[in-house]
Amino acid sequence: MHKPRMHLLASFDIAHLQYLDEAGRATQELPDFATPDTLLAFYRQMSLARLVDDRAVKLQRTGQLGTYPSSLGQEAIGVGTGSALEKSDVYCPYYRESGALLERGVKIEEILAIWGGDERGQDFRHAREDLPLCVPIATQLLHAAGVAFALKYKREQLDEPPRVAVASAGDGATSKGDFHEALNLIGVWKLPAVFVINNNQWAISVPRSAQSASKTIAQKAIAAGIPGLQVDGNDVIAVRSAVADAIERARNGEGPTLIEATSYRLCDHTTADDASRYQPEEEVREAWKREPLIRLGRYLRNEGLWSDEQEGELQRELAEVMEKALRAYSERAKDKPTAMFDHLYARLPEAFLEQYDQLAGEQ
Amino acid sequence: MAQITLLEAVTQALAHELGADPRVVVFGQDVGVNGGVFRATEGLQKTFGPERVLDTPLAETMIAGIAVGMATQGLRPVAEFQFMGFIYPGLDHILNHAARYRNRTRGRLSCPIVYRAPFGGGIHAPEHHSESTEAIFAHIPGLRVVVPSSPARAYGLLLAAIRDPDPVIFLEPKRIYRAAKQEVPDNGEALPLDRCFVLREGTDITLISWGASLKETLEAAEQLAEEGIEAEVIDPATLKPLDIHTVIDSLEKTGRCVVVHEAARFGGLGAEIAAQIGEYAFDLLKAPVQRVTGYDTVMPYYQLENNYLPDTEQVLTAARATMDYPGEGAK
Repeated sequence: MHKPRMHLLASFDIAHLQYLDEAGRATQELPDFATPDTLLAFYRQMSLARLVDDRAVKLQRTGQLGTYPSSLGQEAIGVGTGSALEKSDVYCPYYRESGALLERGVKIEEILAIWGGDERGQDFRHAREDLPLCVPIATQLLHAAGVAFALKYKREQLDEPPRVAVASAGDGATSKGDFHEALNLIGVWKLPAVFVINNNQWAISVPRSAQSASKTIAQKAIAAGIPGLQVDGNDVIAVRSAVADAIERARNGEGPTLIEATSYRLCDHTTADDASRYQPEEEVREAWKREPLIRLGRYLRNEGLWSDEQEGELQRELAEVMEKALRAYSERAKDKPTAMFDHLYARLPEAFLEQYDQLAGEQ
Repeated sequence: MAQITLLEAVTQALAHELGADPRVVVFGQDVGVNGGVFRATEGLQKTFGPERVLDTPLAETMIAGIAVGMATQGLRPVAEFQFMGFIYPGLDHILNHAARYRNRTRGRLSCPIVYRAPFGGGIHAPEHHSESTEAIFAHIPGLRVVVPSSPARAYGLLLAAIRDPDPVIFLEPKRIYRAAKQEVPDNGEALPLDRCFVLREGTDITLISWGASLKETLEAAEQLAEEGIEAEVIDPATLKPLDIHTVIDSLEKTGRCVVVHEAARFGGLGAEIAAQIGEYAFDLLKAPVQRVTGYDTVMPYYQLENNYLPDTEQVLTAARATMDYPGEGAK
């Protein structure tokens, strides 16, 4: 059989970035931003995210909160990403995002309100232009593409300063058309967007291996004509470094980036799930050895930047922060029932006034 | 002043708002260089530039979704779906996000988007190009659904839709895109949303319709007049929220009503209108509300589409039966 001769049109590489290994040892010279102060701030924020998730799960277990999606084990992705944005950038989160939300200035009591069944939690007091938590899978990536278009448009047409849209999604989201349509658009329109995929290996019960035959998620960027990079998502320095570089390129008009951050979901999908039904015990045990908080803690201790005493002090401080937020959450009066009409339209159309009055009459 | 078609009135309104408001962007498949498959965006890219009038990649979910993101950051996106039959991949974003963002964020972010789409049958198009599924959208809380039925209303209502602070589904009856011409001054004056238009006054029977089937409805009204029956013809124009007051005011005079729409009957907006009349104006009725609609079938390929679409004769038959009620057979 004659084998036709072909010539190579294109070939690609996918790089993986890591600064700290599992034992907390630096695998290469750390980037300039990784000063002791910054690393200690990362450690604090990751600890806070873990505490918020832990307390939220306990609140759910005791009937004080609705379904809650913890980010246990994935705190480096949230904190690394969230800390890389400028205040004026726009963050477009999915729903498993405690660390990034805290970095954006979202209040703990707002996060609790959302999962406690109160829309007022999405009215972020300190992140006015960030998108709300998004429950339908991958849809926020298209919104982020639209946000990025708007930011570019306002820069070019209305002379506003350069800003960037940063979105997050899980590994399962990369199987959806929305992900591919968004990636395609930010590529072809060269929009100032950065997509960070939290590859925690599980989409509820379906493992990454059953999600796609693709060796990496990062390589899905290649087909869209944009850079794709994989980072160790349990290494907050690597996450921050990759996201910050991508944001800088986007801000300079050099286009979008897809970042796959590999991690492991050390918790149930949500409090309504039981991961022991499908996560292999051995795999979970191994994953605990790679988790991000212990890793950074080891590095800090090895460098003489952290001690048991400091750890105790931090935990006491965070517990106070948490207590204060819990009080704010539990003391807030329930929204009035007519609130469901108040923000349906800018101004409630006459056609619905009768229903409004009916509901108001039942109050 | 030159007379223009409904289609040209759409273009005129888009051009006016692009000129008046730098936040307005127009995008969709083929809307740029080609001016849209029906030419609704003819010349806009040339006038306002490819930064504001954009050809998108071919992906309807994306078109619906990016509009949400743009709107949250203060733009006024006007997104075109090439045909109503291709909106459905974008429904997730329209229903789950555009219609809910204001409520979800308690007013922090909102979605002043216009989703435009040509709809309805009668132009001998391939499958999926002829349906009327306005009821699907009217069922969604948080949306407005607007259907113009003349060049002047297309211009005035589209201006209002673009300026509205909430998402609007703007459905253009393509069968009458070029059916009639009218003088439409380009004065930037919007027409009110959420209000019915009384197209013909009458005292004997109220005929309600929207979009292209108003053509048959108005023809029937003329025919009825020759028979000595004066029909009042109402175009709701904004199907949601529905201005039922104008309908009830009309029923005060007529006590009789026929609703005409191309869409399938079951769960169509005729059912909503009849139900509201039953709730608010039962005592005014001299006869049951009749519906003249498309059948509860799949929209047929075009050889049979005229067998599907309500015609003038069906409107007349329903109107006469309503006038004759309870009829000779009644005891």
